[in-house]
Amino acid sequence: MPALRPESERLALSALGLDLQRLPASLPMWRAVIVRDQWTAVARAVAGSGGRLVAMWGLDGGGAGAGEVAAFAAYAVSQGLVCVELPLDQATLSFPDLAAVFPCAGRMQRAMADLSGLHAEGAVDGRPWLDHGLWSDPPAPPLQPGSAPSAVPAGTLSADYPFVRVEGDGVHEIAVGPVHAGIIEPGHFRFSVVGEKVLRLEQHLGYAHKGIERRFTELSPLDGGARLAGRVSGDSTVAYAWAYCMALESAWHCAVPKRGVWLRALMLERERVANHLGDLGALGNDAGLAFGLAQFSRLREDWLRLSGEVFGHRLMMDAVVPGGSAVDPPPAARDRMRVQCDEIEREVRILRTAYDEHAGVQDRFLGAGRVDPALAAQLGLTGLAGRGSAQAFDLRCDHAWAPYDQLDVKIATQGQGDVAGRVAVRFDEVLESLRLIRALCLGLPGGPARVELTPADLATFGMGWVEGWRGEVLVALNVGADGRILRCHCHDPSWQNWPVLEHAIIGNIVPDFPLINKSFNLSYSGHDL
Amino acid sequence: MWHILKQVARTGIASEPAPMSPQAGRAVVERLHHDLLGILGQALTIRQVDAGSCNGCELEIHALNNPYYNIEGLGIRFVASPRHADMLLVTGPVSRHMEEALRRTYDAVPEPKLVVAVGDCGCTGGIFGESYASLGRIANVIPVDATVPGCPPPPAQILQTILDVVRRTVVGAPTL
Repeated sequence: MPALRPESERLALSALGLDLQRLPASLPMWRAVIVRDQWTAVARAVAGSGGRLVAMWGLDGGGAGAGEVAAFAAYAVSQGLVCVELPLDQATLSFPDLAAVFPCAGRMQRAMADLSGLHAEGAVDGRPWLDHGLWSDPPAPPLQPGSAPSAVPAGTLSADYPFVRVEGDGVHEIAVGPVHAGIIEPGHFRFSVVGEKVLRLEQHLGYAHKGIERRFTELSPLDGGARLAGRVSGDSTVAYAWAYCMALESAWHCAVPKRGVWLRALMLERERVANHLGDLGALGNDAGLAFGLAQFSRLREDWLRLSGEVFGHRLMMDAVVPGGSAVDPPPAARDRMRVQCDEIEREVRILRTAYDEHAGVQDRFLGAGRVDPALAAQLGLTGLAGRGSAQAFDLRCDHAWAPYDQLDVKIATQGQGDVAGRVAVRFDEVLESLRLIRALCLGLPGGPARVELTPADLATFGMGWVEGWRGEVLVALNVGADGRILRCHCHDPSWQNWPVLEHAIIGNIVPDFPLINKSFNLSYSGHDL
Repeated sequence: MWHILKQVARTGIASEPAPMSPQAGRAVVERLHHDLLGILGQALTIRQVDAGSCNGCELEIHALNNPYYNIEGLGIRFVASPRHADMLLVTGPVSRHMEEALRRTYDAVPEPKLVVAVGDCGCTGGIFGESYASLGRIANVIPVDATVPGCPPPPAQILQTILDVVRRTVVGAPTL
C-alpha cells in the first residue's frame, strides 16, 4: 500500500515563502537560508501538513566561507526534503526551541548544545545529553572551530545525571548499564518499577560517543570521509556510505553511472535482509524459541558468507565509494545471489509459518511494547518501527530515486504497533528485498560501475538521504573551497525512535524489555556518534 | 510444532570443525575440552564489553553463537556478569565515557582475567584514533593478552584467537 496522504494535506512548497534552492541529487532535496521569524513558522507549517522533522544540527563555519554560525533543520514533506539554515547571532548563539512542535527535537537540540555550543531558547530540558562532563576541563564544545578540548584529570568520574524520580509507595529503580548483559552496545537504562510493572523508563545515552563528527574534519572527503561514514553504525554501513557519497556527489555536482547506483541498491537490500534475518532470530530467542535463533542465524551466516565472497567484505564495508561502487560482481556472482534469494525465501516462509503457529511465541509478541499509530505520529516514530505503527513512510516508495524508480517497491506496514507488528514488517520486508535483489541482479545496466570525482573549487554543500534497514539516514556535508570537510553531520533514525521506546515499555513487565528493545533494535553508535 | 520438527530434521547439523589445527576434528575438540578443564576446571566463560565500537564487531561476535561456529559446543559460553567470566572480549575504541565502566568490569573479573581486544579499533584505535572523546586502543586502559585485527574480523578469526589464548595459558599454567 503506498503512503496515503490526502491531497488537502499536501504542503505547497511555495506556501512556506522560502527561497528554495534545489540540490543536485537524485532525491528531491531543497535548501533555504531563512531568518529568525521563519524558523518556528516553517516547523509549524510542516507539522500542520503531516511532515516530519528528520534532523537538526549546528554549524560553526568559523568564517571560512561556509557561512558563520548557523542552526539547521531538515524536514521531510510530501515533495521531498527541505533543509533550512538559520544564521545565528554570534553573541547569543541561540535559536527558538522546536521541541514544542516536534518532540523529537528535544534530544537533538541538547546534542547541538553539547557539540556546537548552540542553545535552544526556552527549551524545557536543558540537561546535557551526549556530554557526560569528561571531554574537556573547562568544557569546550568540540565542534567549535579552534576548540581545543583539554583532558580532564585522570580518575575523574562522569557528572551525575539528574534522572527524573518517580515518587510513591513501593516504587523502586532498576539501573541497567552502560555495560549490558549480552553482546550489545553500551547505554544506560533507568527503570522505575512497581513489582514487575514498569512505570517509567529513562534512557541515558552517549557512552559510545567517540568524536566522529570532529574526526570527519580531519579526513579527506574522497577516502577517509567515506570510510568513516561507513563506520558510524556498522550494521548500516551501506546506508551511511551511500548517504555520505550522495552528499559528496551532490556537493560536487557529480553524476554516478547507472550501474553504480544499481549496485549500491543491491548492497542496500542485502544489508536490509542480513539485519532482518538476525533480528527475526533474536526476537524468536527472546520469546523463548531458541529454534528461531538457530535457524535464522544460520541463514544470516549463509547470507554474510556470500556477501563476503562477492563484495570482499561480509558486511560490505567500503564497497560503496564516492563515484559509484568499488565492486562490480561478474555474472556468475549475480547468478549465485539470485539462487540464494530463492533458497532463503523458501526457508523464511517455512520459519514464518513456524512463528505464526507457535502459541508461546505469539503470546509474547502480541500486545507487547505497543505504540499506537496516534502516539507514533505525535512522537515522530520513523523507519521500520514507524511502519509497524502505521506510519507509512519509506523513501524507496515516497521518493523512488534511481534505481528504485524502476522497481516499484511495495511498502510494508502494520497497524497494531506491537512487537508482533514489527516482526511482521520485518518478514514482509525480507521477502520484498529478496524480490528486489533478483530484479537488481537481472536488470543490472551496462557501463562503468564507478567514475572519478572532480572536487569543486568553491565551498559547497550537499545532502544524502537513504532508506536504510532501520529507517532514513541523512548526511549533510559542507566541503570547503580547499577541498576539506568543514562539517559532516550524520543522522540516524534511532534519534527519533529511542524516546518512543521509553513510551513503548510503559505498563509492560521488566522481563519483556529485552524483547521490546530488540523489536526496535536501535543503534547506540549511530546515535552517540 | 510439526513445522519446527520438520525444519530441524531437514536442516541437519550445520556445525563446522573449530578453526584451530589442520587435523581438525573430534579429537581436537576433545583436546580443547581437556585443556579448558585443565586450566579452568570448567568451561571457558566470556564477558563481552563494547567500549565504544561501531557495532560491526558485535555482529561478528554474535555470529560465533550460530550453528556453524557452535561456540557452546566447544565449551565456551558468553555470560552476563564479569564476575562469572574467565575472559573479557573487548571491542573499541575505548570512548572517554566507557573508560571507567571498562576498568570496573576488568576489576570484577576473577583470575585468570584474560583479555582479548577485538577489531582494528580495539587493537590500535582504528579510524577513530585518539581524541577528546576516544582513548584509542583497549591496551591504553586495561592489560590485553591478545588482539584480533580486522574491521571487523570474521568470526573464525575471533574464535581462533580465543582458542590460541587459552592454549597459551594452558602451556604456562601449572597442572591443576
